[in-house]
Amino acid sequence: MDINATLLGQAITFAILVLFTMKFVWPPLNNMLEERASKIASGLAAAEKGKQELLDAEFRVAEELRHVQVRAVEIMGNAEKRADQIVEEAKDRSRVEAEKILNDAKSQIEQEFVRAREQLRSQVAILAVEGAKQILKAEVDESKHQKILATIMAEL
Amino acid sequence: MASSTEYIIHHLAHDNIALSDAPAGGFWSLHLDTFCVSLVLGFIFVFAFSVVARRAKVENPGKFQLFVELILDMVSAQVRDIYHGGKSKVIVPLSLTIFCWIFLMNLMDMLPVDLINFLNHHLADPEQKWRIVPSADVNATFAMSISVFFLIIGYGIKAKGVRGWLVELVSAPFGIKLAPFNLLLQLIELLAKPLSLALRLFGNMYAGEVVFILIALLPWWVQWVLGGPWVIFHILIITLQAFLFMVLTIVYLSLATEAH
Repeated sequence: MDINATLLGQAITFAILVLFTMKFVWPPLNNMLEERASKIASGLAAAEKGKQELLDAEFRVAEELRHVQVRAVEIMGNAEKRADQIVEEAKDRSRVEAEKILNDAKSQIEQEFVRAREQLRSQVAILAVEGAKQILKAEVDESKHQKILATIMAEL
Repeated sequence: MASSTEYIIHHLAHDNIALSDAPAGGFWSLHLDTFCVSLVLGFIFVFAFSVVARRAKVENPGKFQLFVELILDMVSAQVRDIYHGGKSKVIVPLSLTIFCWIFLMNLMDMLPVDLINFLNHHLADPEQKWRIVPSADVNATFAMSISVFFLIIGYGIKAKGVRGWLVELVSAPFGIKLAPFNLLLQLIELLAKPLSLALRLFGNMYAGEVVFILIALLPWWVQWVLGGPWVIFHILIITLQAFLFMVLTIVYLSLATEAH
């Protein structure tokens, strides 16, 4: 066990090694490790945020779905109401139409009736004149007895 | 073959070169083996780590980068847990260097004890001495522990100021009235730290090496009976000693910044 100048040489080597490590080994590695740590931290934070956003989105979707359902029920209700309304309107319209047709028919029948009566009246008058002619066995001047004929026709 | 004593002495001798006119052996001589091996190992460490550091990617790191990150995480976790002296740019690189360098130096113990001597014997000078485990040289361990010792003092002064540090040296733990006694205790405490750091590592590695050499003296066909378990056990020892040196350094530096 002899102490000699090797001690000084070793101490110098040691100092050089430590200084070199301090300057060229530790700082870049430490920076890299810190960078990686922050990257991992931010990645985890991003993942957490993503998860939260997904939850939010799911919540929004559910909300939206509920709105849509409510709206659908509303629309269906409206549609039914509108259908009922249309049917009612159609019923009303057809009733009016039917009444109109009926009235038209009635008035037409009335007119036909009146015309037929007129016709019948005039023909009866002619028949009556013919009958009278036969009875009288004489020519009756139609123009001379127009007034009488009109009176007879009116009485018929 | 040489006697067992000669074999052991040869294996435990350093390649000692003189730095002054005096023959090698005095203070001004250098263990060339310790110096060169530790230097090469240190450069391997800083080269490998700085390459990784330069190419470090945040995403999709390679296997080697992950390995480096593993060590770095271990070291910085220890510092985070143990060191309470606030922010320091030195402590983590220092601990990392201590751990990796000592581990690599200890790892040389895994090489067969006769490998270097075999190579020397057959390829170079047979009388060439070369010890491959730098941490089994007391100079290497003391060089580090004394550096840590100065850092302990430096950290203490930085945290408390020169005056505060000196005051604590004489006033803790028994109060200013017992100043000489305090000073004695504090000095012992202070000096015990580098001494224990250096001798613990040196003792473990030196003992390990001696045991390997003794095992190598057994007949070749029984060597594995002791050599196998010992080398497996030593995998634990070399890692543990590197770890201990690092952790104790962190503890001492943390203590230095705290008031007594």
